[in-house]
Amino acid sequence: MATTTTAPVTRRRRIDFGAPIVYLVALIIISATVVPVAYIVINGFRTTKQLNEAPAGWPDPWTFSTYGRVLFGQDTLFWSQAGNSTVVALGTTLGVVIFGVMAAFVIARYEFKARNLLYALFTAGLLFPISVAILPLSIMLKTLGLNGSVFGLIIPQVAFALPTTIIILVPFLRAIPKELEDAALIDGTSRIGFFWRILLPLSGPGLVTVGVLAFVNSWNAYLLPLFVLGAGGAGQSNYTLPLGVQQFSTQYSSDTAGVLAFTSLAMIPALLFFTLAERRIVGGLTGAVKG
Amino acid sequence: MSSKHLRKRLEIGFFAGPALLFYVALVIFPIVLAAVYSVFRWDGLGPLLDPTCIEAYAANGSLGPNYCNRFVGIENYTRAFADPVFLGAIGHNFLILGLSLLIQGPLAIGLALLLNRKMRGRALLRLLIFIPYVLSEVVAGLAWKLLLMPNAGFDTFLDVLGWKGDKPNWLADPDIVMWTMFLILTWKYVGFAVILMLAGLQGVPEELSEAAQIDGASWWQTQRHITLPLLGPTIRIWAFLSIIGSLQLFDMVWVTTKGGPNFSSATMATYLVEIGSSRQQIGYGTAVAVILFVISLIIALVYQRFALNRDLEGATTGKGR
Repeated sequence: MATTTTAPVTRRRRIDFGAPIVYLVALIIISATVVPVAYIVINGFRTTKQLNEAPAGWPDPWTFSTYGRVLFGQDTLFWSQAGNSTVVALGTTLGVVIFGVMAAFVIARYEFKARNLLYALFTAGLLFPISVAILPLSIMLKTLGLNGSVFGLIIPQVAFALPTTIIILVPFLRAIPKELEDAALIDGTSRIGFFWRILLPLSGPGLVTVGVLAFVNSWNAYLLPLFVLGAGGAGQSNYTLPLGVQQFSTQYSSDTAGVLAFTSLAMIPALLFFTLAERRIVGGLTGAVKG
Repeated sequence: MSSKHLRKRLEIGFFAGPALLFYVALVIFPIVLAAVYSVFRWDGLGPLLDPTCIEAYAANGSLGPNYCNRFVGIENYTRAFADPVFLGAIGHNFLILGLSLLIQGPLAIGLALLLNRKMRGRALLRLLIFIPYVLSEVVAGLAWKLLLMPNAGFDTFLDVLGWKGDKPNWLADPDIVMWTMFLILTWKYVGFAVILMLAGLQGVPEELSEAAQIDGASWWQTQRHITLPLLGPTIRIWAFLSIIGSLQLFDMVWVTTKGGPNFSSATMATYLVEIGSSRQQIGYGTAVAVILFVISLIIALVYQRFALNRDLEGATTGKGR
């Protein structure tokens, strides 16, 4: 017992020395990130009257009716808006993964003249933020009759997610050994057969990473829905969650408890999804950065 | 032989075609359109060119100024640069940019260096530190709007810390609102930076620091001369993402203040949306979009040329690997 505890201490003195500070810093960071979120969630259990009397305080008594009203009230829009967000995010993810991996396949494994140009064109897309394109884009979508519909969100989001997707996937697909491809070709498989039967299964982790990134970005998107749904004249039941929660907070600003509860509930899907896919998101972001 | 060649071409078209089509039609084309619209005075509703103008052109072979008053040349651009509100917005973008690099960066590096060791609850810590980043800017912004209401959570927290007396009106005071905005943005994004730095630190071989310590280097010397230089690529990429993000800042500002009070927290993007959407001045709005784009592009290219060159090995020019 004594040897196991002292051995690492003598070998690494500095950890022993720095540990309390490290844990203190860790504690401060955790409080700074978690407390604001907890504050919103907990205050959703107070009534607006309590909130007006004392803006900050502990629920006394705990009131569940506000959450109940936002979740199950007759005219609640939470579920339809969460549903819209899900449909849009799934559609975007599906589109960007399919088209992205196809294009990345060509860039990674075909030899042709325009290849570098194609790659450069897509990577340059990192510098084209949607805010630069938004005014012409929204006019285009209106002309095409896509304003107010989920496709008016999905289609542009796929297009704007392609650069990141392709940049992450190209090195991934390149890393698959050439010998595998040669062997498949010798066995009589076509390039397309190689793509379907060998490359796609092998690139599963990469596809999950770009898929998760596309999903999260779509889920959190605000500017495009603001134009396509908000200015596009869609009813509030067709809004996505970020747009819906913002609308709710403006429309019912005097209902502070309701705003707190709606905001808390809007946090939950992202937090849930994140806990499930944390490794993928972190891996994807750091992978994207290492490019 | 040539049928094989044709087949290859067809395959390339089949695989890359859809992505290219989407990308050109919905990313490149609107940006080109933005450049075109930016030289017109246009509300986005009628035709871009006055029909009488086109007729006059057909008849006279020239664009008479009286017929073509929707075409205004660079007027939208000169208007933008003469508008103190827009210049203020550019200033706000650069304020956030500068503060992010000077404060968020060192803060994140420091935290990452501290946390880069085997400790209990490390996995949980990494999970929690990332929470603000996964929340959408809208939800995070609304949450902070509620927290920053007078006498609400944040003020109470300051009371506990010992701040006696009146607190500023965090989001409504023109002199303070940008600093508040930076505080919220730091809360939202510093975790992301820390996670990036921690990932970068995993690529720094432990043997190097150990060797340095055996040679008698202090903890600080080891970090300064071994870890930090090897973390360089990660820091430079983070800085790039931070710069681009600061220049394009929109969601957080729009949700918390809409750029107010009295444009004191406007950014280029909120100004653009305000002009283009609320006031229906598409021509002027797109001119602002083009300016935003050109500023981002110049900074990105300069940054890439001088800072990112060795890291990316020319990835954006297509020569990488």
